[in-house]
Amino acid sequence: MPPPARPAAPMNWETFTQGLWKENPVFVMLLGLCPAMAVTNTAMNALAMGVATTFVLVCSGLLVSLLRNIIPKQVRIASYIIIIATFVTITDYAIQAISLDLYNALGAFIQLIVVNCVILGRAEAYASKHPVFNSLVNALGMGVGFTFALLCLGGVREILGSGTFFGVMLFGERFQPWSVFVLPPGGFFVLAFWLVLFSTVRRARERREKEAAHAA
Amino acid sequence: MNDSVPIPTLPSPFRLIATLGGIAMLSGLLVVMAYEVTAPHIARNRREALQAAVFEVLPGATVRSNFFIDASGMLPLPDEDLARANLFAGFDDDGRLIGYAIEGAARGYQDIVRVLFGYDPNREIVIGFTVLESTETPGLGDRIGVDPAFLANFTALDVSLTDDATALRNPVETVKQGEKTEPWQIDGISGATISSVAVGNGIRDSATRLLPLIRQHAGGSN
Repeated sequence: MPPPARPAAPMNWETFTQGLWKENPVFVMLLGLCPAMAVTNTAMNALAMGVATTFVLVCSGLLVSLLRNIIPKQVRIASYIIIIATFVTITDYAIQAISLDLYNALGAFIQLIVVNCVILGRAEAYASKHPVFNSLVNALGMGVGFTFALLCLGGVREILGSGTFFGVMLFGERFQPWSVFVLPPGGFFVLAFWLVLFSTVRRARERREKEAAHAA
Repeated sequence: MNDSVPIPTLPSPFRLIATLGGIAMLSGLLVVMAYEVTAPHIARNRREALQAAVFEVLPGATVRSNFFIDASGMLPLPDEDLARANLFAGFDDDGRLIGYAIEGAARGYQDIVRVLFGYDPNREIVIGFTVLESTETPGLGDRIGVDPAFLANFTALDVSLTDDATALRNPVETVKQGEKTEPWQIDGISGATISSVAVGNGIRDSATRLLPLIRQHAGGSN
């Protein structure tokens, strides 16, 4: 049995925003890059993938947190994987029921949410140690952060690579799309661009905080 | 539950198995529930997608019926039975046969390309074409589904049979862009050679296999 529940970290705004910015799964922790690169060739695919992943994150976080005092440490990973796979299967059916076009566009990456390390990471590092409501809020924050990151990638790639945004033509007929951006190499270019942006902003903030601490 | 046991002691194997078993049962319950709820919607989506594709490759068709055809004959199937069907007949509002929609598949650049083409048995030509499933490179290979010049190949592609109706008189082939000289040739897309060849191969293989059967069991002009 796990030791008696530690005093849970206080629930605050940070529980939610952690995943949005400071620990953004894609741009800061560099987790879940496989779907982040593979299905972000259009903003719509990116959004759908983000929503699907968020659903799995929230549901598995909820269940793992509910069962956290029942699951023995020795079989926890196996249990988490079963729980995650369950919700991925449900998502898979749901997307097929909503739109086959979307399902075909996302291809194998729906099933591959099972092995998205963001989800298992959250289950192990957060949901298994925190009460249900905290886990729910934290998972939601992570999911929104993941979706945001995917949209950042997918939006730029679709605009440059197809000249459209969510399928809406932006530049008129004469625009010659940079097809490379919807291909895998373009995914790397755009990811690199966002990573530079994020780390520049983070460094600047850290420097400001250090200077403020010195001045105080 | 042995709550008071110090940490180094292992929980009993029974407890481990019971936990995993319990979670697996819960999982099974949830998955089956989701399946039961979504199955009719998924089936309807598949039917609608195929219906749309069949009408797309058979211009003017408004009614579809499913068949399974092999050497022993042509078996009509109920409307919902799409999985077994390998031939779809399309009729117009007056019940006249427009043609048959036939599936073809061949290895493309990334994966198998699945296509559907419309066959007019009276004129012995392909009258329409659409891509059912492909993961060809966006911007290059995926033009097989949208490129207007390429799609124009499939308004009157010759697939006539030999006089004894056992094979295609001239097997469909894909040629380099701009080099089409015969009605049974497909003008390829430069930059998407492998994908356009796959389309040609898929149509040729299915046509070679099924058109003689259609002639034999459905007749040439009904």
